[in-house]
Amino acid sequence: MYIIVVGAGKVGYYLAKELLEAPEGHEVLIIELDAAKVERVTQELGDIALRGDGCEAATMEKAGYGRADMVIAVTGDDEDNLVVCQVAKAKFSVPRTVARINNPKNETIFKQLGIDTTVSATAAILAQIEQELPIHGLIQLLSLKGGGLEIVEVKVPQRASVVGKRIGELLLPQQSLITLIVDSDGTPRVPSNDTVIRAEDQVVAVTRRESEDALRAALTNSSSPAAPGR
Amino acid sequence: MGCGRVGATLATWLDADGHDVTVLDIRPDAFKRLPPEFKGRRHAGNAIDQDVLARVGLRQADAFVAVTQGDNRNVMATQMAKHLFGVRRTLCRIYDPIREEIYRDLGLETISPTLVGAQLLKDLLDKQLVVADGEAEG
Repeated sequence: MYIIVVGAGKVGYYLAKELLEAPEGHEVLIIELDAAKVERVTQELGDIALRGDGCEAATMEKAGYGRADMVIAVTGDDEDNLVVCQVAKAKFSVPRTVARINNPKNETIFKQLGIDTTVSATAAILAQIEQELPIHGLIQLLSLKGGGLEIVEVKVPQRASVVGKRIGELLLPQQSLITLIVDSDGTPRVPSNDTVIRAEDQVVAVTRRESEDALRAALTNSSSPAAPGR
Repeated sequence: MGCGRVGATLATWLDADGHDVTVLDIRPDAFKRLPPEFKGRRHAGNAIDQDVLARVGLRQADAFVAVTQGDNRNVMATQMAKHLFGVRRTLCRIYDPIREEIYRDLGLETISPTLVGAQLLKDLLDKQLVVADGEAEG
């Protein structure tokens, strides 16, 4: 494959290096505006760097975008990565474009604008954190005197299996009662058996101390194994 | 979006015409370019961050104009305004004429000051030449 990498920062440099070393024997070209970075690539990886603006048509012609199988934009600026990929698609009909994004919220608009793949280090690290740490934990609000009962609060995650279910259908631990639901707009509701749980609801419940973990699991576990990276 | 010379002038004119104007710029000191009589809002923030765009009330806006120094920033912000926030009237400044043509083909309302400026200069120059020729002949 002929792969063009735009941006020779750390990500671009190591990406190009790995692609060159891959057994498939890719042809790789790095485009970079900064002369010092171009120099470094040339010294370390050989004559594979082109100095220029990766979204300027003249540079793109010279780089041979027209015959590229893939364009990967990994500069530090989301707007530059977007334009590189959009121009590669619109003007040179590059079959596959990949953009690095720094603000994970940009994923939607990039997809909407036709970028084939987006990669966000921020989102990847966040997904890892979500897997490693129960950030949708259970917060103890109050211990009730005697009887080992507590009032706790749990936030229902987006992918929880309870989302969309009626409270009457839920399998909660013994002596656990949902007493209050505050929805994502901040509106409190006193739940009945017919109240439907929604994502991002804050659920306040009474439970026994020893049932805490079971209650948290019931309200926050995903229906299917969490897919990292979303 | 973008309170440079063009952005500040345009905002001042629109404000004087009685429109409800918000100026967005990443550098707060850029607002010094606005005259004291400017009645609109000034908002310092990154205009290619959708949270910032939501905060300035872009969803309620009737029009959005991107005139920062960066072609790519303008292109990205305008597409966000159009596709994420449903703003009906958008205008995007793109200095690079080739990029401008590409995005015009993709359906953006664009303007390239490079082409407009060069054309204007050429027209004026042609006119001067015609006058000069006339004087030479006359």
